[in-house]
Amino acid sequence: MQKDGLKTILVVDDDQDYLNQMKIQIEQFGFNVITADGQNEGVALIEKQRPDLAIIDLMMENMDSGFILGHKIKQKYPDLPVIIATAVTAETGLLFGIESEEDKNWIKADLYLEKGLRPDQLHREINKLLKI
Amino acid sequence: MDDEPGIRSGIIRILRNFSVSYPFMEEDFNFEIIEAETGEQAIEIINSQQIDIILLDNQLPGINGIEVLEYIRKIQYDALVMMITSYASLDLAVKATNIGAYNFVPKPFTPQELKSAVENITKHLYLKRMTRKMNKEGKQIRFQFLSVLSHELKSPINAIEGYLKIMQDKQVGEKIEDYAVMIDRSIERLKGMRTLIMDLLDLTRLESGKKMRSIEKVDLFEIAKMAMDSMEPLAIQKQVKLYLDGEENTILLSDKDEMEIIFNNLISNAVKYNKDEGKVFVSLRKESKSTKIIVEDTGIGMTKEDMEKLFQEFVRIRNSKTKNVTGSGLGLSIAKKMVELNGGTIEVESTPDVGSKFIVSLPNN
Repeated sequence: MQKDGLKTILVVDDDQDYLNQMKIQIEQFGFNVITADGQNEGVALIEKQRPDLAIIDLMMENMDSGFILGHKIKQKYPDLPVIIATAVTAETGLLFGIESEEDKNWIKADLYLEKGLRPDQLHREINKLLKI
Repeated sequence: MDDEPGIRSGIIRILRNFSVSYPFMEEDFNFEIIEAETGEQAIEIINSQQIDIILLDNQLPGINGIEVLEYIRKIQYDALVMMITSYASLDLAVKATNIGAYNFVPKPFTPQELKSAVENITKHLYLKRMTRKMNKEGKQIRFQFLSVLSHELKSPINAIEGYLKIMQDKQVGEKIEDYAVMIDRSIERLKGMRTLIMDLLDLTRLESGKKMRSIEKVDLFEIAKMAMDSMEPLAIQKQVKLYLDGEENTILLSDKDEMEIIFNNLISNAVKYNKDEGKVFVSLRKESKSTKIIVEDTGIGMTKEDMEKLFQEFVRIRNSKTKNVTGSGLGLSIAKKMVELNGGTIEVESTPDVGSKFIVSLPNN
């Protein structure tokens, strides 16, 4: 947690504009936002600092960057809530869920969200995971 | 399946240690033989386990071979059928073939005749299954391509929409100047989409073979010069110098557009991924069997990992040094296809922070 008492949310994505927009949006919710451009920068960042929650894109340098990064975050900070965000489902109809025990075991994320979620919905999900 | 025990044991004896090999197969095929005395028994066995090849006698009490064959066809069972019968009449042969029997062995048969027929049917079954597998894989590759493609197209659309919504709600200020960066970014993303769509059209034309090739004498030196000239604006911006080392009239029989694409892609990358005040060396070398096109730069280079996926579609190397480089990720995959279309090869050598070297080798004709 920052000195100003605000929680810090990490957003990882390889789209610079998405990162800009998420930063504006989530700062308006009342959080500090730190961003990382892609899987590798994300890994480097969590080595140096511990955010309160992470929102990571699924497809970045690799097709499964989100899963890989989520896994690494959970290894380092098991209690850190991780949201995997992606536009994949809408296009491909592929469905990843984190409902079953089996899914939870290998996906290593607390929530799977589709990009383009309404701001108030995103705010609600973040608050739920941060238990505020 | 045969009602005569002598025939069944004879076949088992012949095929027990028989193996079939095929140049493309990694291992030889051996056979496990299961016996059935009647048509009913045969159907029971077929229903309870995966059988690959069925040797079927026609003359049986009860359900005959043809009826078993019809059953197999009805349930679309994945196996090939060979008829073995003492009544090798033409009518029967035609009927069985129409229902889907693959081949025939008339009784009495010699061990060699049986082995030949089994070898034949085994190879056919292998090819049939391989083709099915490759078609399935082809579909999977297509699906993956389309998924990545839609992601690549959706991203700029979402980015621009996001910025417009922020502007609509005046989220970061009252004046239009407050939104200057967002407007610039939106225009950048639009340019990116245009490039992507044009590269995609090139790629689709390539894949569908619709692009008409016109093979003629092409002067690679001229093409190299043209490609370098078209990169002048960007090169000047980055203060990158381009050098051409080759001889005029380096002729190759090929399609001019394809050669242009190869040069444009390689030289454009060499400039885009270069350091400021860097250099690009383009050389043409006509050797005895092939013509070599080498594009070398003093740019940011790449790691072994990067090089492994370099020619794949939509792959762009992204790291802290490539923040300002734009592109669709299709350039090199298209260039590679062009090189291969001309019977050539393309290789890359690179050292991070030192530079990269692309070597295209096209056979002389």
